[in-house]
Amino acid sequence: MSEKKKELMVAALENGTVIDHIPSDQLFKVAAMLGLDKMENTITIGNNFVSEKMGKKGIIKIADKFFLEDEINRIALIAPNVVLNVIRDYEVVEKKTVELPDELINLVKCNNPKCITNNEPMATRFDVIDKEKGTIKCHYCERKINKEDIHLK
Amino acid sequence: MNNKSLVSIDQLSKEDILRILDNARKFEARPNRNLLEGKVAATLFFEPSTRTRLSFETAVNRLGGRVIGFQDARNTSTSKGETLNDTIKMVSNYVDLIIMRHFLEGAARYASEVTNIPIINAGDGANQHPSQTMLDLYSIKKTQGKLTDLTITMVGDLKYGRTVHSLIVGMSHFNPTFQFIAPDELKMPDEQKNFCDRHGIKYSEHTEFTEEVINKTDILYMTRVQRERFTDLEEYERVKNVYILKNEMLSNSRDNLRILHPLPRVNEIAYDVDANPKAYYFEQARNGLFARQAIICDVLGIKVED
Repeated sequence: MSEKKKELMVAALENGTVIDHIPSDQLFKVAAMLGLDKMENTITIGNNFVSEKMGKKGIIKIADKFFLEDEINRIALIAPNVVLNVIRDYEVVEKKTVELPDELINLVKCNNPKCITNNEPMATRFDVIDKEKGTIKCHYCERKINKEDIHLK
Repeated sequence: MNNKSLVSIDQLSKEDILRILDNARKFEARPNRNLLEGKVAATLFFEPSTRTRLSFETAVNRLGGRVIGFQDARNTSTSKGETLNDTIKMVSNYVDLIIMRHFLEGAARYASEVTNIPIINAGDGANQHPSQTMLDLYSIKKTQGKLTDLTITMVGDLKYGRTVHSLIVGMSHFNPTFQFIAPDELKMPDEQKNFCDRHGIKYSEHTEFTEEVINKTDILYMTRVQRERFTDLEEYERVKNVYILKNEMLSNSRDNLRILHPLPRVNEIAYDVDANPKAYYFEQARNGLFARQAIICDVLGIKVED
């Protein structure tokens, strides 16, 4: 079956964004991070599609939504290899990948129990110190956290 | 956020450090000056630290300012569940400067973001204690006549010791050479070694505390090896007496060598070292007063004349 036909199994999109290659186990986290639960747009979410690259993958299609880089880059933490297809008039006009932003505001929980952010009602803030490795550093307690140890708030 | 606060040693440039140290020198020559007349400082010690608090409060008093504050959060509304944000905002209504110590890491930085009053971090958990680093730097400069091109040997708990980590950052502007002496369990973490590599700082690592290493040293910085840091108590029993400085180990050391220790010491410096003119740890503590006077004036933007 061609790639085009597979996508059509979900729903064709006139205008909007298709987020492809989402790891299946992260799909609903991605949806929550993007705030899809509060969005009025027409949204199609599919999961456990067969993928040659990943085994299984999830796809999200959002009609009439075009993400700003800041909005979409936050998902790079849990889904670094997603591909964004920007659709206009049923055509893919742009393919984008995501990149970790320089700073993560209130997305990640600090792993240090003695960090002020775990003891005070406040937003967390992390500097991304290595985009390749995904290493981040707490702006407050200065604890470094490796990608595999990152926990979302 | 205001940028007058002193939260972490790495926010200070080489020029900042030299300016503060030069002002500390002026305060040592003449400690009593009415530069804070009419000003009130708060010392908020959410965690007790008598030594640091007395040093800061003496500094404010000798500058002619007044002090309010507390030395134990158990008697404050923090124990009723008040947030740090609320405590800092409340105190900010009353004072010109907040000196704070907290058991939580990052507390001082957060405080500096919720008020326009300058914050001086007097220790936030295991994280930062910049006035300790400034007094260490002042002690080094005073005893060596310079900060540049010195060999500094750090001994003991190099893994958890925040003073040694901050001293590496503070000295990084001055082309130091470091010798790190620690048991494997407490050796200098990669983060600090990577920092040295990035800044072209030479260092060597040793597990043996020998005269050979001491004899190449200008500053011997001793720290306490704490039992509670060890996962393997047999290892603690094995190493606890290996990193003890005894007077006989200093017989062939350099004339300019000085021994520093952030205090309190337990047994890592034998008492027979105290009488050696190279022992400097008690004067080092005294220098804390001048360094803190200089820091207070710096965050308040007060010029210090000779």
